[in-house]
Amino acid sequence: MDIETIKKTKQMTAKTERMSGSEAIIKCLIAEDVDILYGYPGGAIMPVYDELYKYRNEIHHVLTRHEQGAAHAAQGFARISGRVGVAMATSGPGATNLITGIADAQIDSTPLVCITGQVPSHLLGTDAFQETDIIGISTPVTKWNHQVTKASEIPEVLAKAFYIAKSGRPGPVLIDITKDAQFGELDFKYEKCIGVRSYIPTPKTNLESVKAAAELINAAKKPMIVWGQGVILGQAETELKTVIEKAGIPAAWTIMGASAIPTSHPLNIGMVGMHGNYGPNKLTNECDVLIAIGMRFDDRVTGSLDTYAKQAKVIHFEIDPAEVNKNVYADVAVLGDSKDSLIELIPLLNENSHEAWHQEFKDLYAIEFEKVIKDDLHPTKEGLTMGEVLNEINIQSEGDAAIVSDVGQHQMIACRYSEFNKTKSNITSGGLGTMGFALPAAIGAKMAAPEREVVAIIGDGGFQMNIQELGTIFQQKVPVKIVVLNNEFLGMVRQWQQLFFDKRYASTEMTNPDFITIAKGYHIGGKRVTKREELADAVKEMIASKESYFLEVCVEKEDNVFPMIPSGASVSDIRLS
Amino acid sequence: MNQEIKTFTISIYTENNIGLLNRISAIFQRRHINIESLTTSKSEIEGVNRFVIVVNITEPQAKKIIGQFQKQIEVIRAYYHTDEETIFQESGMFKIKSDLLFNEPQIQNIIKESNARIVTVNKEFFVLEKSGRRNEIESLHRDLNIFGIMQFVRSGRISVTKEEMKITEMLLAFNNQ
Ligand SMILES: Cc1ncc(C[n+]2csc(CCOP(=O)(O)OP(=O)(O)O)c2C)c(N)n1
Repeated sequence: MDIETIKKTKQMTAKTERMSGSEAIIKCLIAEDVDILYGYPGGAIMPVYDELYKYRNEIHHVLTRHEQGAAHAAQGFARISGRVGVAMATSGPGATNLITGIADAQIDSTPLVCITGQVPSHLLGTDAFQETDIIGISTPVTKWNHQVTKASEIPEVLAKAFYIAKSGRPGPVLIDITKDAQFGELDFKYEKCIGVRSYIPTPKTNLESVKAAAELINAAKKPMIVWGQGVILGQAETELKTVIEKAGIPAAWTIMGASAIPTSHPLNIGMVGMHGNYGPNKLTNECDVLIAIGMRFDDRVTGSLDTYAKQAKVIHFEIDPAEVNKNVYADVAVLGDSKDSLIELIPLLNENSHEAWHQEFKDLYAIEFEKVIKDDLHPTKEGLTMGEVLNEINIQSEGDAAIVSDVGQHQMIACRYSEFNKTKSNITSGGLGTMGFALPAAIGAKMAAPEREVVAIIGDGGFQMNIQELGTIFQQKVPVKIVVLNNEFLGMVRQWQQLFFDKRYASTEMTNPDFITIAKGYHIGGKRVTKREELADAVKEMIASKESYFLEVCVEKEDNVFPMIPSGASVSDIRLS
Repeated sequence: MNQEIKTFTISIYTENNIGLLNRISAIFQRRHINIESLTTSKSEIEGVNRFVIVVNITEPQAKKIIGQFQKQIEVIRAYYHTDEETIFQESGMFKIKSDLLFNEPQIQNIIKESNARIVTVNKEFFVLEKSGRRNEIESLHRDLNIFGIMQFVRSGRISVTKEEMKITEMLLAFNNQ
């Protein structure tokens, strides 16, 4: 089972050195600049852990409390830093516990290398203790995976794994390594992989298509940009800003694209999609040219495709050819890395301001502000709103925090209302919508960017899905700030039950434990806020804290998130109440 | 684009790697596309395998799944073609009792007219092989069925295109980079 893919390599170490497979694994990680990895030991991966002990000064292993936590922590690490996140687990249950994080990374294009131990190769296929076909299980949710059965294959396979995970449209790679391959010996030599012949990570930008795009944009009366995470992954934030400013184009973002352009930028018109802003959703069906940059027309963004931007010419800037014309037909497709393509586009654009068109967004914003935002951010009713908590965090952190959100109402509120000054500041599970993501992801994010304020915003439901990671926070002394917005409901599901299932609240009510006591049990201090008067001080104390801090805010039990596009409806049918 | 369901032959040139069949079949499975036939073998390029897969889908569907195949790391190139754009064949084998060959003179005519080939003959049975279009093999099957067929098997489609496949360009480009 040699890997036969022809690849290009870059020589790293000239001399070979005799060593075990497990030592080779560590050497490969070091050669790829890995200094932190997240994982959980077990029988089939023990030789590697034994080596890690030897190399503990070079690589810091973080023992999470669950392998799912390890995968999400590696994701948080990758998302804030743009580096490859690494997670490790044993065979069988250890490996399957990684799967949710891997699936999440796949759909959100996050570079991960996951290493799993496997039973010795002579036991493969025998239903041996803790054997599971993790290659078969992970195939649909990995960018690439491979099983190693010989020590000699390790350097080549790991080099390929890192190359594939981070190049082009990034994604998760899983390498399964049998125990005999970990024990076996090899002559170690590391060559970095710099190309695989069957894999074109980044299509070359075609200048003709850029010209065609520029012509459409220059002729447009009502152009609108929707950008996605492709801008962040391609490090094209500056170029995007230049495009927007030069051509005067109102620009909206998907939740995966959030923070690429500061929230306060005058041409930043907000979020698209199911709980996005009123203006950009409604006017999607009025613009004459829709410029999609590094986004994939997810159904949460488009609503019904039958009525999505039918009047507009669509320009799609995209790195992954399989995304072009997948959901929305593109009149002009510009394949390539977003940065490369935008650099070509900028000189071809005419300066413009489109003031009347921009005013339309402002007018719709004013309506949304009156009907929704005002009551969310500055409520006058008694109960606390999620929005005012976010608003307070914005004020206290001065918009510099990275917000790691879980999944549910609080996620939509966090994405809608966070003020982002810096890119890579919105870390959330966009495509898979994985509850339990935020707490471990915040650990990874804070460890990758210790200089940044990292605030996790989590619902009472999602918090309890990976609550055990409080142990990791305590043991590793990661100063993340944890905010649980407690509405004693699986809020988002309850909202749907209220709106579409005649208020039959089937299994969405939660009787919660005393979270503060639980946090205290993990030696994490904090506060519970139940009254508006206490909020500002508590948030201030949290942001000022040098240690991890747990803030529980008891919010209104039956608040809803608006605007909302009912699923399957058109973006222009967006409801304000 | 044409939304009518047609027969497409999908050709996928790949690295020779375990596990790829899984990735390829999963792409069909996820989209509820039934595979009519699947053949995999080496190709004209050393070390490169080729899948030939026949499916009944619409052209937009074909375009989209080609994109998904190309996305797989070990897939070098993927193409789709209509029947008109390809030359294709299948092969069928028939095992028949030997005494029929002598007692039923009509069988000899059928063999001759169908251009089937006798692969082997022994005392108990003989084996016929027929290559051609699906309908030719099926028509032979009908003709022989009257006399009794002991075993029948038909291969998946093999196919080459009328136009050149530009896969070698890409391989060369990689080697000269
Ligand atoms: C692992 C997982 N299970 C189920 C769901 C479905 N789901 C989406 S939102 C939600 C409710 C979340 O409740 P909570 O964490 O309390 O946050 P809230 O909506 O109240 O802010 C559920 C159950 C999911 N997204 N992920």
